[in-house]
Amino acid sequence: MIHKYKLCGYNVVLDVNSGGVHIVDDLTYDLLTDVEPPLAEKCPEEVLEKLSKFYKKEDIISCYEEVLEAYKEGILFSEDNYEQYADMSVASPIKAMCLNIAHDCNLRCDYCFASTGDFGSGRKLMTYETGKKAIDFLLEKSANRENLELDFFGGEPLMNFDVVKQIVEYARSREKEYGKRFRFTITTNGMLLDDDKIDFINKEMSNVVLSVDGRKEVNDRVRHRVDGSGSYDKIIPKYRKLVEKRGDKEYYVRGTYTKYNLDFSDDVFSLVDEGFDQISVEPVVADPNEPYALTEKDLPVIFKEYEKLMQRIVDYEKTGKKFNFFHFMLDLDQGPCAIKRLRGCGCGNDYIAITPDGDIYPCHQFVGDDNYKMGNIDEGTFNYDMKNDFSKMHIYTKPECHDCWAKFYCSGGCNANNYKYAGDTRKAYRMSCEIEKKRLECAIVLRAIRMGESADPSEC
Amino acid sequence: MKHIKTINKANLKATAAKGGCGKCQASCQSACKTSCTVANQKCER
Repeated sequence: MIHKYKLCGYNVVLDVNSGGVHIVDDLTYDLLTDVEPPLAEKCPEEVLEKLSKFYKKEDIISCYEEVLEAYKEGILFSEDNYEQYADMSVASPIKAMCLNIAHDCNLRCDYCFASTGDFGSGRKLMTYETGKKAIDFLLEKSANRENLELDFFGGEPLMNFDVVKQIVEYARSREKEYGKRFRFTITTNGMLLDDDKIDFINKEMSNVVLSVDGRKEVNDRVRHRVDGSGSYDKIIPKYRKLVEKRGDKEYYVRGTYTKYNLDFSDDVFSLVDEGFDQISVEPVVADPNEPYALTEKDLPVIFKEYEKLMQRIVDYEKTGKKFNFFHFMLDLDQGPCAIKRLRGCGCGNDYIAITPDGDIYPCHQFVGDDNYKMGNIDEGTFNYDMKNDFSKMHIYTKPECHDCWAKFYCSGGCNANNYKYAGDTRKAYRMSCEIEKKRLECAIVLRAIRMGESADPSEC
Repeated sequence: MKHIKTINKANLKATAAKGGCGKCQASCQSACKTSCTVANQKCER
């Protein structure tokens, strides 16, 4: 399977199953519309005849020879033979955990999927005892996995920061005995950040996700306090301080765009202007009836905006400066292995979420849905049948993914979004798919531009 | 080649044989929390 598209003056051909990315001329682009595998040794007469109306015959023949060479090399029309690996991660150890340390929040963001922090089940903080049991659970279930991930999430995790510290200390104390390495991360709205918390986070957390939506007016419209006042002015100086003191360690300022700011490239650049260089701004996922929700009607505008963002990044880089936009990051050479790409996040299989009550869910997005409660840490229960079912959610059991060109890049998408908005964990949620595909197309062209590949600039 | 310029190593097939060690990050833990993008993850083997 190949996917070909034109963007910004580039003709891009992606060979889906090998991962090969080719920049081709117009003749090759047109020729690839008319040939299908298995390729013959010589250019078919009907193709030659059709294309000779627009191109010289000798050029068509030499072009076909190159296509044939790439085909024989296995980087064009290569076959999908990965399904044999799909069972490899069944019964996988659990290696990643989202700890909902606080089901409470000091903001009332309009689009919060956690029902403004409590996931619809009452405002609660996790106790140290429950957190400790969660660590023990992870140590026990992780079998031979050395790298364990623990994300402090909420609600707002800084509302229960003493317990965060205790849990980190406890987990560290068990690392040597079990031969494990914990990688802690935290996702915060920043309201309660102070010097002590910044220092602790910078010392212990391998990544920190700092929520902010971009421009002040955009952020404050949806990310506000109980009294309606905005959060921007309070959090930005704290974020700046944290990032300045963080050195080279990973962080993201992470925003959400909604129908209110379809011009979100301005929000990305607003964050750049505030001094941040690791940026993630991504689409809200919400009930389409909400006023801020994105719908399929918005897709053409969203696509144009991603193209605009890509062009603005190119222009910015021409000035000698750089920043990283999370969803345009794409390592075409050293990315994840094909096995990883079959099922993506691994929720419910090698990744789970724990609530303050010790309830276990496949991930933070399933929290509060009784249909997906997998067990309880305190009660020592765990639904292995459900784990097994999640382990079989991969691109070959999701009908729409099977023939999608982007399947090895998004790996079947978010199971929770599929469930909530498409009605089934194995059914693709089209909004997410379309946006993901557009981002990938832009990311590939951005890569070509950075490599100095030439194109017709007038088409951009 | 005159007509085709390949801009990467196209090694997905080779990674299948030795892959699946599980050392890499769970995709959603990095910066998303509301979506899944795998291709921007790193192999940590």
